[in-house]
Amino acid sequence: MALLEVENLQTHFRGADGVNRAVDGVSFEVNSGETVAIVGESGCGKSVTAMSILRLIPEPPGKIAGSIRFNGKDLLKLSDREMRDIRGNEISMIFQEPMTSLNPVLTVGRQIGETLRLHQGMNKQQAEARAVEMLKLVGIPEPERRVKEYPHQLSGGMRQRVMIAIALACNPKLLIADEPTTALDVTIQAQILDLMRDLKRTVGAAIVIITHDLGVVAEVAERVIVMYAGRKVEEAEVGRLFRNPRHPYTQGLLGSMPKLGSSLTGEETRLQEIPGLVPSLKKKLDGCVFASRCAYATDLCLKVAPGLEEKAEGHIAACHYALKESVAA
Amino acid sequence: MSAPILEVNDLKKHFPIHGGFFGGTTGYVYAVDGVSFSIARGETLSLVGESGCGKSTVGKAILRLFDITGGQVVLDGQRIDDMPSGRLRPLRRRMQVVFQDPFSSLNPRMRVRDILAEPIRNFGLASDAADIERRVGDLMDRVRLPRDAVGRWPHEFSGGQRQRICIARALAAEPDLIICDEAVSALDVSVKAQIVNLLQDLQKELGLAMLFISHDLAIVEHMTHRVAVMYLGKIVEVAPKRSLFAAPKHPYTEALLSAVPVPEPGAQRERIILKGDVPSPIKPPKGCRFHTRCPYAFDRCSRDEPVLRQTEEGHWAACHLHDRPAAENPLAGERGAAVIAHH
Amino acid sequence: MASASVLNPADVSPGSVKVAEPTRDIMPPVKVRKGLWGFMWRNPTIAVGGTILLLMVIMAVFAPLFWTVDPTALAPARRTREPSLEHWFGTDMLGRDVYSRVVYGARVSLIVGFAVALFSSIIGLTIGLVSGFVRWADGIIMRIMDGLMSIPSILLAIALMALTRGSVGNVILAITVAEVPRVSRLVRGVVLSLREQPYVDAAVAAGTRTPVIIWRHILPNTIAPMTVQATYVCASAMIVESILSFIGAGTPPIIPSWGNIMAEGRALWQVKPYIVFFPAVFLSITVLAVNMLGDGLRDALDPRMAKRI
Repeated sequence: MALLEVENLQTHFRGADGVNRAVDGVSFEVNSGETVAIVGESGCGKSVTAMSILRLIPEPPGKIAGSIRFNGKDLLKLSDREMRDIRGNEISMIFQEPMTSLNPVLTVGRQIGETLRLHQGMNKQQAEARAVEMLKLVGIPEPERRVKEYPHQLSGGMRQRVMIAIALACNPKLLIADEPTTALDVTIQAQILDLMRDLKRTVGAAIVIITHDLGVVAEVAERVIVMYAGRKVEEAEVGRLFRNPRHPYTQGLLGSMPKLGSSLTGEETRLQEIPGLVPSLKKKLDGCVFASRCAYATDLCLKVAPGLEEKAEGHIAACHYALKESVAA
Repeated sequence: MSAPILEVNDLKKHFPIHGGFFGGTTGYVYAVDGVSFSIARGETLSLVGESGCGKSTVGKAILRLFDITGGQVVLDGQRIDDMPSGRLRPLRRRMQVVFQDPFSSLNPRMRVRDILAEPIRNFGLASDAADIERRVGDLMDRVRLPRDAVGRWPHEFSGGQRQRICIARALAAEPDLIICDEAVSALDVSVKAQIVNLLQDLQKELGLAMLFISHDLAIVEHMTHRVAVMYLGKIVEVAPKRSLFAAPKHPYTEALLSAVPVPEPGAQRERIILKGDVPSPIKPPKGCRFHTRCPYAFDRCSRDEPVLRQTEEGHWAACHLHDRPAAENPLAGERGAAVIAHH
Repeated sequence: MASASVLNPADVSPGSVKVAEPTRDIMPPVKVRKGLWGFMWRNPTIAVGGTILLLMVIMAVFAPLFWTVDPTALAPARRTREPSLEHWFGTDMLGRDVYSRVVYGARVSLIVGFAVALFSSIIGLTIGLVSGFVRWADGIIMRIMDGLMSIPSILLAIALMALTRGSVGNVILAITVAEVPRVSRLVRGVVLSLREQPYVDAAVAAGTRTPVIIWRHILPNTIAPMTVQATYVCASAMIVESILSFIGAGTPPIIPSWGNIMAEGRALWQVKPYIVFFPAVFLSITVLAVNMLGDGLRDALDPRMAKRI
């Protein structure tokens, strides 16, 4: 049994001009200790998926349907109280903006200790000692001093480390990281990604990383889920997906990224464009969600929505036509 | 080579910090502290660095959106940093700007037609109303937006389309130089590719010079002819693209290259993870500004400030390592491929 | 390296067609309402506040048509009557019909509220723009405004009224002077933040002159926050007018206003509470309506709210 089993997740929002089908029928699994990336562009539903797992979607205007089984329990059937016991304890989350996710009037130690006292019934001294230990774990120098400081005394990279420390304090089984490095500079991003790779080994929590950056995906993930317009369009082991994308959207995404080092290999080609815009999520589409922008779309694609199919072992894609296996150099 | 379209000499911009009871100046943010470069006609120079390194301040100083603290900005042979605003206004036509955020770059209460017509009218480029209309239509064609969208409001467009409108507004003045201040950074991957291609096409068609300010090294490598790397208000390295990416001659550039995540799972590359954070530009470190984070720093680095020196043709770097014998200089060889990992 | 560059349709091999399970609708479809009705539906606070205020305005303008009698006609024989079919809200200690006085009293409240909102907006906008654009004037102007704001606006208005004759015009003037600092501060803040907008920088780079920048890029974008602020000023002015009239420093007793009706009923409050009760209710409802309108406008005009899902 997988640690997390999301089945046919739908998260819709009620708006003045229609129902926004932000996530529309997404299923996936995450195994213990595994790192899965959910990748896609803004509005594809990746963040909403993450928020739905933790039931952080305000209802109304939102509504979540389907099932989210964590350790066999359906999270959507739990009471608010039971859900609070899971959040920050068995499942925790790291957000993009380390500045606004920390409380500016509490010391770092207090914020790490808070979750420990709440979920693990530690007393003040125990929580403080554990906070210092956590800061050490996430590579903050002089943790005994830092634990007494306030968020504004820390730099952006430090704050994200503190966020990770808070998230890991209770030894969660699942860590959800929503764009954890997007707001950071590239050298700081490298530090945080390095830290996350280290922690994966030492802590052993399963990680779901939400990102738009395919570079970050390649650095940390083992398996990748590509989302587009509220659907999962492709899923595969990371090497397989980058070597041989089966869905035209994934292929387009990879082609539209300039490659670092292109001037060295003389591979300076024009970037591949994905023409057009993401379709409105307020209308139900008959055919494939990507058909309007797809270079290979046929009449079939416009009329019939493709289901997810296993195109190769462990490699599924929602496309009527499997892109041909390209010859790996 | 003809005279450069833009020359920046020892540019300085120090922002005063106000504080205390009487609101006096208590210190300065040394945002830009002695930056020099030039851009030839039709050339793209990229200014790269992390947030707070002063790259955007350089762009705004060139556009004279504020007065500078010291140095010179020379546009096509004329010094513009100390020019009275009345004389400067007609010269503004020659350099235009595209900003990062496509949402706050367009006045929400103006229609696209009026947004594009503003520079045309200001610089007296059109003979009559019909000419303005024709020019506005041509601009829409240039940035590949439908002509009949000129009557719409900015909020009716997506981020990528708005960025096209911003580019059209910059082109409306028929400039020689466009400053792109993180112009594609806020866009989604697939839209980014559209805008990058558009900018490259326009540059080729119109022979524009470009100052491309960005933190994204992969895009920079794709777009540019030459690169200048900034750290804490100073340029630490300038070189033609190939030379810089193949053989970075400053430890900071090398670290930046190795830090960029590459979309190739399992790529074998040498990783240089810098320690700590960028120091505050209010109190920059003495000596070399990078010495607090530099993996190769030695005693001299905290004492003397290195100056930009030519290490090979057109390749300038500000690092004491190049005074050492090649055997003791970790940057002597071609390190680019090792840290980028291209097979 | 993978060579998954450009594939043409010929490279695409058709597989067996697998159809995706259609997704369910998990919530009822939204009926999209357009036009004025749709706007009201989406902004119920504007609808309710606006409607009540509109009714008040109609009542004030067409007061004679609302089954009123002369609100100043004395009838000593019919003093302090309880509410009845003949006198809906009863009569006061001079025998005047309280209902008619309350209906006519709406005129003063609304005129004062609207006039103060209008004048303080215009003056505040001018001062705020100067302050936001002229560096050297900013410090001086803002210190004066701080000074004015350190005096409670009601005291400032009382002091100004003490210097002049009681008339509706002077009431408007006094309250406007008291409200201007708040509006100026708001406009200055908005102007300073608008000046930092990239589209203003782009306009400067496009050679636009400063007066044109103010007129075209700054002014239109201050309208929304100004409108919201104006409603709050309007509500506050109505209350200040009532207080001034209540303590006899406002509208002269000859003109009925909710404040002076209450002042006249004050002495009889314990035996004849209705004389104070009815004008008080009207004042509260009107102020509530104006505040609701303001809150609704703030939400509707806030561009961040508009972009939400």
